[in-house]
Amino acid sequence: MTDMTLSAGPKAPSPLVEAAKDAVFAAILVFLLSWLMIGYQTQVLQGQPMSYVTRYSDVLWAVFLIPAGRFLMTLTRFDRTLPAVIGGALGFIYLFIPGVLGVLEVPVYGEFFVTVDPLQPDILPFEQPMVNVIFGIGAFFVLAAGLRARRKKTVGAQTLEVREAAEARQARISKNLSSILGPLLIAVALIIPFTPWGDRKLVDTLILVMTYVMLGWGLNIVVGLAGLLDLGYVAFYAVGAYTYAKLSIDLGLDFWASLPIAGAIAATFGVALGFPVLRLRGDYLAIVTLGFGEIIRIILINWQIFTGGPNGLGNIAKIDFFGIPFERNPKEGELAFHTLFGLDFSPVHRIYFLYYVIIALALVTNFVTIRLRRMPIGRAWEALREDETACRALGINPTNTKLTAFALGAMFAGFAGSFFATRQGFVSPESFTFIESAVILAIVVLGGMGSQVGVALAAILLIGLPEVLRELSLYRMLVFGGVMVLIMLLRPKGLLSFRVPTIQLHGKKALPPTTAGAVK
Amino acid sequence: MLNISRVHTFYGHIEALKGIDMEIKQGEIVTLIGANGAGKSTLLMTICGTPRARSGRIVFEGKDIAQLPTYEIMRLGIAQSPEGRRIFPRMTVQENLRMGAITADAQYFEQDLERVFTIFPRLKERAGQRGGTLSGGEQQMLAIARALMSRPRLLLLDEPSLGLAPIIVRQIFSTIKEINRQQGMTVFLVEQNANHALKLAHRGYVMVNGVITLSGTGQELLSNAEVRAAYLEGGH
Repeated sequence: MTDMTLSAGPKAPSPLVEAAKDAVFAAILVFLLSWLMIGYQTQVLQGQPMSYVTRYSDVLWAVFLIPAGRFLMTLTRFDRTLPAVIGGALGFIYLFIPGVLGVLEVPVYGEFFVTVDPLQPDILPFEQPMVNVIFGIGAFFVLAAGLRARRKKTVGAQTLEVREAAEARQARISKNLSSILGPLLIAVALIIPFTPWGDRKLVDTLILVMTYVMLGWGLNIVVGLAGLLDLGYVAFYAVGAYTYAKLSIDLGLDFWASLPIAGAIAATFGVALGFPVLRLRGDYLAIVTLGFGEIIRIILINWQIFTGGPNGLGNIAKIDFFGIPFERNPKEGELAFHTLFGLDFSPVHRIYFLYYVIIALALVTNFVTIRLRRMPIGRAWEALREDETACRALGINPTNTKLTAFALGAMFAGFAGSFFATRQGFVSPESFTFIESAVILAIVVLGGMGSQVGVALAAILLIGLPEVLRELSLYRMLVFGGVMVLIMLLRPKGLLSFRVPTIQLHGKKALPPTTAGAVK
Repeated sequence: MLNISRVHTFYGHIEALKGIDMEIKQGEIVTLIGANGAGKSTLLMTICGTPRARSGRIVFEGKDIAQLPTYEIMRLGIAQSPEGRRIFPRMTVQENLRMGAITADAQYFEQDLERVFTIFPRLKERAGQRGGTLSGGEQQMLAIARALMSRPRLLLLDEPSLGLAPIIVRQIFSTIKEINRQQGMTVFLVEQNANHALKLAHRGYVMVNGVITLSGTGQELLSNAEVRAAYLEGGH
């Protein structure tokens, strides 16, 4: 945009010159960024001092391809769309497809394109197939930009009505999708351990995913409904985890007795933090909560006697089946899970049980959230997010209302924390860093603020995807980041973003709100 | 019903209200007119507690409310349709009304809803629609209806004619009159549209730079030469 305003001089320079200038600048930038980071890679071979390999060709390709793409995209802004369409398509075909085949190690494609045999010279720009895939995606964006600009030229700019109707349609699709996906996901989650794929590794991953689903739903109360940006949510997760750890180690309480205590203590922390800071708004609140998260972590590290410091607390009691342990050899005269049900002992039983426990906890969180939304307090949260001044004028006490949201969110984090502690059998401050808060927040935002199914999907994507992608090793986080960027580009309001009214006019055949909005 | 005496309100060091005395009696429509920046909205908001009066007394039904927090004042039987309407744009019309009734006894909700739908049939048609998609006039109706849902005894209206077409303004004003006549609702109306407001009101006050300069019945003020010169002629 800036170069367009700059060019608004007495005589506008030609688009080609503008785009070329921009591309040269991009090339310089890419070179500066890539020549050290991509150009050299250190390697350690056994028995030898550390050395490095150079990858100059990769740098050269990057310095060529990125500015080229940028050049084509700049041209689309001057209504020269054809080069972008052709260039983008070519780039996509020659980078993305062979790249994907290379990643999947499909051998036959050599006949069509190139070979992945490391001994053979390769006409693909980058040695690693994955990098070609990423550049192929970049080419796709150039292609998309070209096509979109072409369509805009023929259709003309969208009117407000058209855009609102499109938005309403999208909200309706999201809503319908959610009402199908929600029960489906729950059903799949419930039966998956009994399917042939439900091995220990998968169930373990799913436990992790479900923990984050629960945390996402908990934070959704605070961020999605009440609109309070909380960057220190992990603090309450930590409080829950350490509460259970202490109760289990020092007092010998079991998981079920500790769960409500952990939730209550986490909620108390929520109130204690919330009371002084909830009169702050927006950015300021975010900063204070961020600080609170760090304070808790630093206390955990430094309060050696109570929290075990950086070493954490170990030997936390494992979960039991409502008082009956999962043990191979129970004490004389006592029951164990497998003897109770007449099964052969298997360590998997406990994993499966953990899995159902976290599903139950998450569903409770979900259920409570949905119920509260339809009650005055839930409606007050949403109203508060929209207009605090108006709320005060309606007789709502903003501080107390926010405080309940904060405390409730903290309580569910506390439950999740206890679960985490009993699953791991060990807690340490390392599990409760800022990045955890960021991931949970990302789940809520990517899912679509306030959308329960969306949050679940985002958790599956954000937690499940890196696990699935482990085989890509080096490029795991790169792909992960790319997916996040893609979601935000394609669905800026989140995966499934819509809002169901909390009350409907009963008995009257009022139009559903989305269509009514579209009709107008 | 509402007695305001010697109220001073400050924004920082700036004195916005310089000793206001005013009385609103049960069943009246009282209007406050004045130019932009005279302090009309400040007085209405001071009654609501934001900003807080620095000195003076605001007595509502025998209770001094000057130092109470806003949300407590609004539970005593005072409701407000704020300047700029401030409806909840993402919530439906019905949810907005439900928000208005949040401090009221839930058992009256259906009954009150029917009542405001009778006053504003338009809102009934749009019950399921998002507040933000309503037209300006409908939003104003919604703001007043939302205020009525808390079953107030005193209704504060801050510039209900703001930004509306003349025909809609007439509609809104006749509705206010109806609410007053049929339900005996006491109304305090802050307006720039002096002509309409004075015709509607039983009594009126004129504010200039934070001071009440004139008061009298609506008719008296309408025929007052000063008022005519300053607020009625030339502008319209």
